[in-house]
Amino acid sequence: MENNSNFETRKPPVATTGILGWCRLHLFSNWVNSLITLLVIYFLYQLIPWFLDWSVFSADFWTNYKGELIVDRTFCSRVADPKGDHGACWAIIIVRFYQFMYGFYPSEQVWRVNLTYFLLVVALLPLLIEKIPGRKHLIKFTIAFPIVAFILLYGGFGFQVIPTNKWGGLLVTLVLGVFGIAIAFPLGILLALGRRSQLPVISMFCTLFIEFIRGVPLITLLFFGMVMLPLFLPEGLNLDGLVRVLVAVTLFQAAYMAEVIRGGLQAIPRGQYEAAQSVGLSYWQMNRKIILPQAIRISIPSIVNTSIGLFKDTTLVIIIGLLDLLGIGRGALADATWMGLSNEVYVFVALVFFIFTFSMSRYSLYLEKKLKTGINMGAD
Amino acid sequence: MKKLLSIFAVVAFAYTANAGTLDDVKNRGFLKCGVTTGLIGFAAPDDAGNWAGFDVDVCRAVAAAIFGDSSKVEFTTTTGKSRFPTLASGEIDMLARNTTWTLSRDVNLGFEFVGVNYYDGQGFMIPSALGVDDATGLDGATVCIQTGTTTELNLADFFRANGIGYEALPIETNDEARENLFAGRCDVYTTDASGLSATRAQADDPDKWVVLPNIISKEPLGPLVRHGDHQWGDVVRWSLNTLIIAEELGINSSNVDDMKSSNIPEVLRVLGVEGGYGEMLELSNDFAYNIIKQVGNYSESFDRNIGPDTPLGIGRNLNALWTDGGILYAPPFR
Repeated sequence: MENNSNFETRKPPVATTGILGWCRLHLFSNWVNSLITLLVIYFLYQLIPWFLDWSVFSADFWTNYKGELIVDRTFCSRVADPKGDHGACWAIIIVRFYQFMYGFYPSEQVWRVNLTYFLLVVALLPLLIEKIPGRKHLIKFTIAFPIVAFILLYGGFGFQVIPTNKWGGLLVTLVLGVFGIAIAFPLGILLALGRRSQLPVISMFCTLFIEFIRGVPLITLLFFGMVMLPLFLPEGLNLDGLVRVLVAVTLFQAAYMAEVIRGGLQAIPRGQYEAAQSVGLSYWQMNRKIILPQAIRISIPSIVNTSIGLFKDTTLVIIIGLLDLLGIGRGALADATWMGLSNEVYVFVALVFFIFTFSMSRYSLYLEKKLKTGINMGAD
Repeated sequence: MKKLLSIFAVVAFAYTANAGTLDDVKNRGFLKCGVTTGLIGFAAPDDAGNWAGFDVDVCRAVAAAIFGDSSKVEFTTTTGKSRFPTLASGEIDMLARNTTWTLSRDVNLGFEFVGVNYYDGQGFMIPSALGVDDATGLDGATVCIQTGTTTELNLADFFRANGIGYEALPIETNDEARENLFAGRCDVYTTDASGLSATRAQADDPDKWVVLPNIISKEPLGPLVRHGDHQWGDVVRWSLNTLIIAEELGINSSNVDDMKSSNIPEVLRVLGVEGGYGEMLELSNDFAYNIIKQVGNYSESFDRNIGPDTPLGIGRNLNALWTDGGILYAPPFR
């Protein structure tokens, strides 16, 4: 801000701070903007009260308008009293909340899933909070987390084995999303480096792999994992269904991740490589200490973008018969007790997905701010 | 680390020994049965996470026959596309997933249909506002159709034979079809008549929808197993037959104990009081008793899951016993 003391006789400039100033600057700067703003306000005015009324004020949770406990759809106010003005029937979500979260995981073992969720948060802490005490040790735990999670969820080492066909709901969605993203990230880095490699065999292999995977839709890979993979395996050998899907999802994500990171690598000026080589760093040292930290830093928005995409794409597994969060919802609708309550189920599933994807995008914003991923990076 | 790898190998690669399926199932201690990802009345998880439905009852009957305990089943959900590879690869022991018995599936895909638990036929459902009362009047309609099913081919045949055109809107699941139909994105939904009843029952106002009288195909739905293991096929076949025979003989889950002292010879044979029919199947002689006691007979299962008193409200029609005007018929138990 410049010092304006030389212009005391003039009127103060139109306020650009404060609520009014902000509104004027962002919402009503010219007549087109003002019109759009008014239209949006009108739609929100129509939509929000209606949605709140449907989802909260006129909605049934445990009991219906007569105060009876809702045990099936016929107790929902809107079914019992179709002429009245009734909202959503959330009893289906409440009654089936366990299934939505864990699928058919045995309830006496479910503490293992909860512990895994808790440990996932612990594993994420060193990534989320930079100044956490003992970050170095926590990072080690983060790296070991997939193995710990696997043993906890599946079993072995004295834990009862819970076959994956009992897993379902958010558990499957998170396993596919978290494992898929976590494994695909290092794989993507290797593929990106490989594609830019001077060694023709490696670069050709990586290019072929990336282009092949990117050339087919995820659903094709899922079918490949489900239908074709068993044919290549020796007879009598069965790869677990969830593992097959995870392999397909990971390969898919790795190919996209590789291209995102390659984009970051392209942006690093030649001088950085030459400087690294001139101080005698080896190929891996150069990438680890100089190139990748910068490349990944500028790729963060795209990395998070593809990760969010993958997280949502996991719902495709319904087509090969795995019951993820959405699949469990559809299963609930196929129960004659609750049929017809599809709005409630889909709104709930959408909300859960939104919570996760929105957190991911906020995290990426935080990272961008923290690392100052702008053009003038390195200035600080 | 080595231990870790070996555990991973166990989860990733489940070995199935090449002994008979029945021995595998007995050694494992539970049956692995493939069902749909959810179809009203036929298979769906209840609030407690237990699977229930008309197809599920066939799985439960087989488990009751083998273990004397109908709860010893693990269900694997399959879709129209994944069901056959799942069965072929040995991930499941049997498939009870409203699957139509056709020549190519029986012969070319290498499966064995052990019988029919529901005689269905493909029909059409339209909004009553469309004002059409016969499917031949559907020229130019947009039709919601599940991909990878026999209904897709039947539809093409029917419209071609009648010289009328249609536009197909391919969809993957029953729910999707329902949403598309109710949202008006297609004029017609075609699938098996049982599925249409289920879809209609889910409408906010079922009267707004009509199921046309045209039935354009034979859809015998039944459980199936892999080719080549006849002993296992026999176990599943006679578990299914037991449900039907029990209805023929008037044995149900509530009178099955009294029937043990019946004076009708076939009842005594079925319940294992006389003869060694269970042993022939390498099961216990009271396998049929266990099925009837725990699952019930055919009509009990029908009424509980899809019958007139359920939201589906499907009548027995073709699925009535041969003595009641239907075509349901099981070979004699002797």
